[in-house]
Amino acid sequence: MIAKHMQNVLGQLNDIEKFSFVDGPGNRFVIFLQGCNFNCKVCHNPYTINDCIDCAICVEPCPENALFVTANLNIELKQELCTNCDICIQVCPYDSTPLSRTVTVEEMIAQIIPVAPFISGVTVSGGEATLQADFLIALFSAIKAEPKLAHLTTFIDSNGSASLKVWERLLEFTDGTMIDLKAFDAGLHRELTEFDNELVLNSIRYLWERERLYELRLLIIPTQNDKQADLIRTARWIAKLDRDIRIKLIAYRQNGVRAEFLFDEADKAKMDWIAEIFRNEGLSRIELVY
Amino acid sequence: MQMSEMKRRVKGIITDPNLSFHQRRHYLAALAEESLPYPSLTKEAEQALADGVINDLFEGPAPYRARYILPDYSLFLKNGSEHLELAAAKNLDEALNSLLIIYTQVPSITAFPVYLGDLDKILAPYVDDVSDDELYNKLKLFWIAIDRILPDGFVHTNIGPEDTRIGRTILRLERELLQVVPNISFKIDDATPDDYIKDAVETVFKSAKPHFINHPMMVENLGEDYAAVSCYNSLKIAGGSHTLVRLNLKEVVLRHKADLESFFTTTLPHYAELNAELMEARIRYLVEEAKFYENDFLAKEGLIRLERFSAMYGIYGLAEAVNLLLEKNNIEGRYGHDDYANQVSYRITRSIAKFVEQRPMPYCEGYHGRAVLHSQSGIDIDIEVSAGTRIPIGDEPDMFNHIAAVAPHHELFVAGVSDIFKVEDTAKRNPMAMVDIIRGAFRQGMRDFTFNIASNGFVRVTGYLVRKSDLEQYKTDGSRINSTVFASGSEDNSHMSQRKPKRVLTIERQPVRS
Repeated sequence: MIAKHMQNVLGQLNDIEKFSFVDGPGNRFVIFLQGCNFNCKVCHNPYTINDCIDCAICVEPCPENALFVTANLNIELKQELCTNCDICIQVCPYDSTPLSRTVTVEEMIAQIIPVAPFISGVTVSGGEATLQADFLIALFSAIKAEPKLAHLTTFIDSNGSASLKVWERLLEFTDGTMIDLKAFDAGLHRELTEFDNELVLNSIRYLWERERLYELRLLIIPTQNDKQADLIRTARWIAKLDRDIRIKLIAYRQNGVRAEFLFDEADKAKMDWIAEIFRNEGLSRIELVY
Repeated sequence: MQMSEMKRRVKGIITDPNLSFHQRRHYLAALAEESLPYPSLTKEAEQALADGVINDLFEGPAPYRARYILPDYSLFLKNGSEHLELAAAKNLDEALNSLLIIYTQVPSITAFPVYLGDLDKILAPYVDDVSDDELYNKLKLFWIAIDRILPDGFVHTNIGPEDTRIGRTILRLERELLQVVPNISFKIDDATPDDYIKDAVETVFKSAKPHFINHPMMVENLGEDYAAVSCYNSLKIAGGSHTLVRLNLKEVVLRHKADLESFFTTTLPHYAELNAELMEARIRYLVEEAKFYENDFLAKEGLIRLERFSAMYGIYGLAEAVNLLLEKNNIEGRYGHDDYANQVSYRITRSIAKFVEQRPMPYCEGYHGRAVLHSQSGIDIDIEVSAGTRIPIGDEPDMFNHIAAVAPHHELFVAGVSDIFKVEDTAKRNPMAMVDIIRGAFRQGMRDFTFNIASNGFVRVTGYLVRKSDLEQYKTDGSRINSTVFASGSEDNSHMSQRKPKRVLTIERQPVRS
């Protein structure tokens, strides 16, 4: 059971999506949390990386005057005026957004209930979801406790950087995970994400051992992590763990990526070539997304 | 019609290079029917008909065959037919052969049958000793024959809810052959396996078929022996619908001069009755003057029975009606997006449903002496008016809100609704997501609907399929498929291509050939 003091824990939300076909098995309700500990060069939604510092740079450019500064010098949004034009996100110099807000577990549950008949489960993504582990535990345990949501599975989409202690707490309420592996090579991982991959590799192994690794995701970035030798080593490490792991090879796309980190996009020929490398190492469940 | 005008139109049809021989003959027959006077109507009904507030979907002024006929093909295969000089079918080959023969003899507005039978059920007695390969090969030839002999998008079969070898083979053939004909509805209940629905979903991704039907809901209203035919009209097997007349709700609102409340107490009931009057006049002509049910061999051999028939009371243009009604009353709101607007829409459909349920209709014993309500999916001459109860193309909210907005209408429309949901291409990699949505939609009381996926090669507006390539080609070369003619008009008139995933309009007779 969940401790009493955790029932009131707040989440820092970026956005929700009621129907998603790409975040785990079946149709899913997806919660995107704000804040990430990685700083991936190729992040497709960099405005989810940092928390808002209320600098107010975005207030003036808002064409709808939907943003204002409160007496406490916080930035707040008048939801009814916002047209989702995203100009505030474009002008933010800190990879954040004034649209992020705190939410209670109760509010999330109330939003999921009407959607529940249409979905297989809930996925929390980000940002990096595991940075808000207490919120995840409170949310997932509330989902499991609510009779109208009892049929739903709970999934986490993560960069894999959580420690095993965090995973141990999460797994009590988590049915599956999708983990990104940005690079198997330690140096390359650091270069791409500003973070070591030791914890990531440990997480993948740990989750696999506990049968909670639904899918491993590899973003293929031309000239960055697409060298044959690196890919073979990556494939061998995965194959040694389990040849039947579900692997999604995702072609890098430029949309959303910060201008200083634009690379060429991966085409079908490249992706087919990489899939072949993985298959040659005995991996059987390869899906290509491009 | 003046004789000179008649001659001009006959000549126009005969010399139209885009029409095949059969199409020309069909339009010539329609023109001959048009030379007769319309069944007698009150002055008010005549005016409403002339103004397009009510209309008969160009069935013609002198109906001589029921609009939608659902022969009892099981009975036909079991007994054979004296008229067709066919003995009872003893094996699959004989069954398929007999069916192809009778299909050409079933009357309809288009001259092609709107119903081919629930093929997984009617063929079941003949497949026990047929291997999977044989079944596939025989059905494949049958499928190709249907498409080539009956080139009309309204030709319709049903499968499900039971998971069968025949049903699975039909879905496989659909994915392989990518034919326009036949259209398919897939009946689903709680016992239908997820895996079978998934098979159907993957077929939708390839061919934009089948349509999905809430089987328990249909059974509750129509009994076990029903089917969805033509442009998703649910009717009784061994019966059907004499006619389909429809009320243009947008035009009704345009004629309303007072406040919101009086729309429900005066204007709407007035035009609702005129539509019923039109329906009654047409039914009486068909049954009492043309004596269709006394003369046709289907009736004589018991393959259709008058007591299984009703008539379809259609409505369309709900979206425009709601928006205009609110605008007239200076209320902000838009159908499909604002709760108040949606509530007004439910009030309109409930008022009409109540009217139809209270209005006796002759020769409608198939539905306790009443017409069956239908959300009519539009034809190609409809301009700036949305199909049935649909949210206008391009104005649909996200899928969840779309379902939530339209679902409350569905229980009222016993004869079918046929909503369409646009679906992102990403669904293709996750068909189980669609299975989740289908189950959820039926749990929320939806009756029938279709998905539209952006990237398959078909365009759909309302009821039938047309290949996008056919549509392009028709404008220059003419088309082998009858209904492409109709879709061509709808594409031009209502910006169908704006719908992110697409669909083509349903119409059963080219209305005007001037």
